[in-house]
Amino acid sequence: MEETTHVQPQPVDKAKIKKIWVTAGYMAAITILEFVIAFTVPLEMAMTRVSIFVLMTIVKAFYIVAEFMHLKYEVKVLVWSILIPTVFIIWMLIAFIYEGAAIYEIRF
Amino acid sequence: MSATATTIKSKGNVWDGGQSPLKASYGKLMMWFFLLSDAFTFSALLITYGLVRYAHPGYEGSADAFVSSQEYWPIPEKVFEAVPFLHGMHLPLVFVGIMTFILIMSSVTMVLAVEAGHRMDRKDVEKWMLWTIIGGLVFLSCQAWEWGHFIHGTDAGTLAKFLVNGELITETIRGANLTINEYGPPGFAAFFFFITGFHGTHVASGVVLNFLIYYNTVTGVYDRRGHYEMVEKVGLYWHFVDLVWVFVFTFFYLV
Repeated sequence: MEETTHVQPQPVDKAKIKKIWVTAGYMAAITILEFVIAFTVPLEMAMTRVSIFVLMTIVKAFYIVAEFMHLKYEVKVLVWSILIPTVFIIWMLIAFIYEGAAIYEIRF
Repeated sequence: MSATATTIKSKGNVWDGGQSPLKASYGKLMMWFFLLSDAFTFSALLITYGLVRYAHPGYEGSADAFVSSQEYWPIPEKVFEAVPFLHGMHLPLVFVGIMTFILIMSSVTMVLAVEAGHRMDRKDVEKWMLWTIIGGLVFLSCQAWEWGHFIHGTDAGTLAKFLVNGELITETIRGANLTINEYGPPGFAAFFFFITGFHGTHVASGVVLNFLIYYNTVTGVYDRRGHYEMVEKVGLYWHFVDLVWVFVFTFFYLV
C-alpha cells in the first residue's frame, strides 16, 4: 500500500469533461423529444411515428458507440471490423420482417 | 546475426508484425469482438420479436378505445402505463422513461470514471464507479417492479377463450406468465420476459463487474499496476448494456 500513495493524479481537463456532459445532454434531449412525439403524434400515424423513433434510436446509438465507447477515436481498421459485420443484422431484419408478413398472409 | 539487424523496422506493411496495427490492447479488442457477438444475439431476439409481431394482426380502430385482447397485437404504450405508488393512473411510458434516463446517466458516470482513470485519479474513479453501481442497482430494482406489475396484471383483466374438455369457455384472466397473457397473444408476454430478462441479466452481471473494478480501485490494484485499463474494458461492456436498452426501449415500448 505504501507505493500507491506516490501516484499523483494529473490535472482535470475541463474541455474533456464538458464534452462528456454535452453528449449526455444531447441524448437526454433526444429522449425527451421521443416522449413529446409519443404523446403528440396520434397513434394512427404509425409510419411517421416508427420512422422518427428509429431515426432517433440510431442517433442515440451513434453517440453511445462513437463518444462513450470511444470508437470514433480508434484506428480505422478497428472501426470497420466492428461496423461491417453489422450488415448481417440489417439483412436479418429485412429477411425476418418479410417472412413475418408472409406468415400473416397465410394465416389470415 | 548482428544486433542491429533486428532493430530495423519494415516500412512496408503494418500487418507484417512487430507492431499492433489496431493500436488497442488484446483485452480491449476481445471485449469489442465479444460485444459484437452479443449484438448479434440481441438483434436476433429483437428481430424475431418483429417477425412474430408482423405475423399477428395489429390493432385496428381508434387508440382511445383500445382494450387488450388475444386476437391482435397490443399497443405497447397502452400496456406499459403504470408507475409505482400511482395506482390506477394512466401514465403511458413514464416509468420506462425514468428507467431509460437512469441507465443513460449511469453510462455517463462510467465515462467519467474512465476519464478519471486516464488521469490516474483514484478518488475520482472511486466516486464515479460508485455512482455507476448505484445507477445499475436502481435500474434493476425498477425492472423488478415492472416485471412484478406485468405478472400480476391490471384490475380489469381480459376476457379470453379456453378449450376445456372439448368445450369453449370464456374467462377473465389477469396478468401474464408462461401460459396465460392478458395483454395480447401469448408471444407478447414470452418476448417481454425473454428480451427484458436477457437484458436484465446483462445489467446484473455488469453490476458485479463494476463492483469488482470498484473493489480493485479502492485496494489500489490499478495504481500499483500503473494503469486503469480495466475500467475502460468494463466500461465498454456497461455502455453496450445501455446501447441495447436504447434499442429495447424503441422496439418494445415505443413502436
